[in-house]
Amino acid sequence: MTSPLNREALLQAYRTMRIIRDFEERVHVDFATGEIPGFVHLYAGEEASATGICMHLNRKDYIASTHRGHGHCIAKGVDPVGMMAEIWGKATGTCKGKGGSMHIADLEVGMLGANGIVGGGGPLICGTALASKVRGENNVGVCFFGDGASNQGTIFEAMNLASVWKLPVIFVAENNGYAEATSSNFSVAVDNIADRASAFGMPGVIVDGFDFFAVYEAAGEAIKRAREGHGPTLLEVKLSRYYGHFEGDQQTYRAPGEVQKLRETKDCLMQFAKRVTSRGELTMADIEAIDAEVKAMIDASVVKAKADPLPAPSELMTDVYVSY
Amino acid sequence: MARKITYQQAINEALDQEMTRDPSVIVMGEDVAGGAGSPGEDDAWGGVLGVTKGLYAKHPGRVMDTPISESGYIGAAVGAACNGLRPVAELMFIDFMGVCFDQIFNQAAKFRYMFGGKAKTPVVIRAMYGAGFRAAAQHSQCLYNMFTHVPGLKVVVPSNPYDAKGLLIQSIRDNDPVIFLEHKALYTMEGDVPAESYIVPFGEAAVVQEGDDVTIVAIGRMVNYAKDAAASLRKKGVSCEIIDPRTTSPLDTDTILESVERTGRLVVVDESNPRCSMASDISGFIAQEAFGALKAPIQMVTAPHVPVPFAASLEDLYIPSPARIEEAVMKVKEYR
Ligand SMILES: Cc1ncc(C[n+]2csc(CCOP(=O)(O)OP(=O)(O)O)c2C)c(N)n1
Ligand SMILES: [Mg+2]
Repeated sequence: MTSPLNREALLQAYRTMRIIRDFEERVHVDFATGEIPGFVHLYAGEEASATGICMHLNRKDYIASTHRGHGHCIAKGVDPVGMMAEIWGKATGTCKGKGGSMHIADLEVGMLGANGIVGGGGPLICGTALASKVRGENNVGVCFFGDGASNQGTIFEAMNLASVWKLPVIFVAENNGYAEATSSNFSVAVDNIADRASAFGMPGVIVDGFDFFAVYEAAGEAIKRAREGHGPTLLEVKLSRYYGHFEGDQQTYRAPGEVQKLRETKDCLMQFAKRVTSRGELTMADIEAIDAEVKAMIDASVVKAKADPLPAPSELMTDVYVSY
Repeated sequence: MARKITYQQAINEALDQEMTRDPSVIVMGEDVAGGAGSPGEDDAWGGVLGVTKGLYAKHPGRVMDTPISESGYIGAAVGAACNGLRPVAELMFIDFMGVCFDQIFNQAAKFRYMFGGKAKTPVVIRAMYGAGFRAAAQHSQCLYNMFTHVPGLKVVVPSNPYDAKGLLIQSIRDNDPVIFLEHKALYTMEGDVPAESYIVPFGEAAVVQEGDDVTIVAIGRMVNYAKDAAASLRKKGVSCEIIDPRTTSPLDTDTILESVERTGRLVVVDESNPRCSMASDISGFIAQEAFGALKAPIQMVTAPHVPVPFAASLEDLYIPSPARIEEAVMKVKEYR
């Protein structure tokens, strides 16, 4: 059992999840106006996963993320204000507006990047973990990937490699039931992605991704195991995405009312607030204060992103190499 | 009978007609039906941008969603082609070739030669390419030059709906592996397309417009930009001949050569990065074969040697524009 979370940690957990939710819902609204360029994949509904896992990590632990990366970024400590500007394609963005939603990265905080290539992160995170191991440090690497990505050769190769080299890696399969329009019932040949763990010589754990505390606990064990040098774990987090695959997706492949029902009965923020207030660990006033503070912060980030300048033309040719 | 349809509809129609004509034609890819195993519609997507929409219902069992396993299903398409099928496998964005390139360039491309002429691999790999969608560095590349480099592959880059249909039908009937590349910005382009089935042969460039002063060779979407530039140049008294190679492998060098020998001036327009590109390939060929005819140094209008940027202000600068083509034409026209 991981040690119970103190008040400060509970506030932090709720605040992180709330930032992710509000960030995504605001991007959803602004995307619909046509002002946000490119492809945007929202993480709303999945907040407990990124938050419950990243709360165990420090700045020197790396995460590799996916095309649906905003939540991972926020949970790992990337500044949401810079992220918002990045999504709007502004010079003040996390990556100077050069990458956009699908490529937000901040190596300073151990965020190795969202990724436009499904399954791209698995091998990379083996590398960050290897570097830590070679230097005799005890930092870990976490690779987030989807149910769709779980079928990619890179992920299989990375899991085997991590086991063979006994790397401090946690493979986090975020199973939201769909890869674009294709159901994981079809694309994954076994009942659970975690069932594949034994084929790669590592423990496989299934956890309810609507339950922050369940994720936090399972991740704590896997990360402890990795830090102590016992090798990788495959953690399958079962959850759901509240919006379409990308903004603009009509989602006719989904059952009617599917998301509405989850929002009403299982939502991670709702469950969290209910639990901590009914136990008297936090008050409704605590929750409402965070809600208000986060809303103001997100609103301000959009005002700023809109007003910020586009990258200057000279930026086109910079940053291709360190030296050339 | 021709009627106006879009580039996207032309591709859909070519697939539909070939599937009807030949039961060995199958279509596979991620979400080409879109909805496998899900509780709602089975063919919810018909491809990410709806290009294969409707085929699933019309050709039961022959339009297959795949897991996200490009090495797996692209390789399986290659294998199925060796064993008598004519698979059309969709790679979605050409950038994803990175995941499965071995199955394409070490396997499919090499069989015919390595096996002493005994193998036949009639596979088509369709994918969209090109910038302009704010899709950033991993979803916007051109990459036709990389396939063109590989002996054994044929590479098709249609610039309009008519060619898209005829070239895709030829691709499916062709007995070699074909990389068929669709510029995302062209999907909504309308043009006259015959309702009946027809082919556009490989290795035959289209002379899009005849002219005397300067030859412009342009690829894919850039053909349309070259037309814009040429229309503006005509008002300034400059007459451009525009050549659309339509396939970069095989490449119709005769038509390009004949034109440059007449005009003495060449501008090559290519949306890819410039190094080892179609622009440098065609320029090199003309420098070697038509040196004596050239009245000015060849000009290449390409993207710069950088990845595709996300921000609008940068991506608009990245993509060659009609204005840059016009500038290049004036430069060769006014040389000396
Ligand atoms: C190599 C590669 N193949 C295909 C795609 C297109 N694509 C982007 S996201 C996606 C679905 C991913 O599904 P999953 O891994 O379950 O993640 P989710 O979107 O559900 O978070 C696909 C097919 C891609 N970006 N990269
Ligand atoms: Mg998924």
